[in-house]
Amino acid sequence: MSWTEFLWTTLGAILTLCTFSFLYKDNPFYKIAEHLVVGVSAGYFVILLCFTGLMPKLITPIMNGSWWYIIPAILGVLMWFRFSKKLSWVSRYPIAFYIGIATGVAIPVEMKNRINSQLFDTMKAPNFSGDWFVGVCDIIIIIGVVCSLFYFFFSKEHKGVFGGLAKVGIYTLMIGFGSSFGYTVMARISLFIQRVQELRNWVTLTKTRTDFTIVLWVVVLVIVLLILMEIIKHLKRKPAETVS
Amino acid sequence: MRKEIPLFIVLVCGIFMALQFFVPHSYSQFLYRYALDWLIVIGIFALALGIWSFIRVSYDKIQRRSENWQYAIIALAGLFGMIFFGMWFMGGLESYMYRHFFSFIMIPIQATMFALLAFFIASAAYRAFRARSILATVLLLGALVVMLRFNPFLGPLGEPTARMADWILNVPNLAAKRAIIIGIGLGMVATALKVILGIERGYMGRD
Repeated sequence: MSWTEFLWTTLGAILTLCTFSFLYKDNPFYKIAEHLVVGVSAGYFVILLCFTGLMPKLITPIMNGSWWYIIPAILGVLMWFRFSKKLSWVSRYPIAFYIGIATGVAIPVEMKNRINSQLFDTMKAPNFSGDWFVGVCDIIIIIGVVCSLFYFFFSKEHKGVFGGLAKVGIYTLMIGFGSSFGYTVMARISLFIQRVQELRNWVTLTKTRTDFTIVLWVVVLVIVLLILMEIIKHLKRKPAETVS
Repeated sequence: MRKEIPLFIVLVCGIFMALQFFVPHSYSQFLYRYALDWLIVIGIFALALGIWSFIRVSYDKIQRRSENWQYAIIALAGLFGMIFFGMWFMGGLESYMYRHFFSFIMIPIQATMFALLAFFIASAAYRAFRARSILATVLLLGALVVMLRFNPFLGPLGEPTARMADWILNVPNLAAKRAIIIGIGLGMVATALKVILGIERGYMGRD
């Protein structure tokens, strides 16, 4: 591994440690990482959208003679009138185009991708041709979906048979929420293990390098400077402010 | 006219784009692609609006020396640094610094932030999963079985636990997810119709 690559890896490890420091409490190291990632992410998406959106969807077509692509650009510029107090109403025109197209596209797409596809898969006949348990599971799925939809129907009071079906629905939903929660927790824990492995790799790497001492001193210097900054900030505070 | 024209634009564009889906003609396909390109371009200009707002807020913070103003400098440095290193003369998306900023600043911090949530979720779980009612117990059992699924310390119980977790994920969880997805779809269609017909006007802001 080259010197520069080692420096980048060290930077990643330090930022990981800075972020993990939040487990103690909100502190300057975490704040640095937090603000840095906000700025860097914003910059990342600006560049990404310029090269994958603005260039192929606006600049290149206009350069190739498709002049009508100037229209969305004009609408986009009108969006900036949002900052003007007197003329902010002008920004409603591009927003109206955006909302109109997006909602118009959404209606058939949502019907097809979410509602119809889920209904078609649910309304399949239970499969008892092979393993009987698969057929039973298919029936459980149908009952679960129907009862959960009953639970979401609030126009009728959940009483009697309707209430009983809605109750089966809420139990199905609770199992669903519980398993989703468990899955999310395990995903986060996997991510945590991955970060710890990265740190361990970095520590192993530092042991094999003699030039690590310099990096270590730079890191120590930065940490000391930050702690000093915090102390100075604390001392500058007024007594009343410190008490509160 | 400041409100009526935008409402008319939404109505016309909405109905046109909804009907266009059912017309399998090449012109219709072209219009669909062109309209989606419009959305992308307008969205990018809206992003510029957001970035400008971010710069202004950070700059004001620094100028007024308000609390934690030093961190606003770091945020702005990150933003401008990334934009500079991603410029075409630096190599664009293939620029060395742009890729390394992404791999060694963005990814470690974001991944660690998500990993941190494991701890906070655990404390939230303690509060949520106290088996006070049958419903809470069902929630707890569902989560517990799925969490134990990948546990290597269960020994001979590992296999049946994994099978039970798979069944929970593939049967009751699937049923619940399907109902939720159908609900979301219906909600989105209803909201889209309300917007197109001018019943929902929140996007126009206040006068």
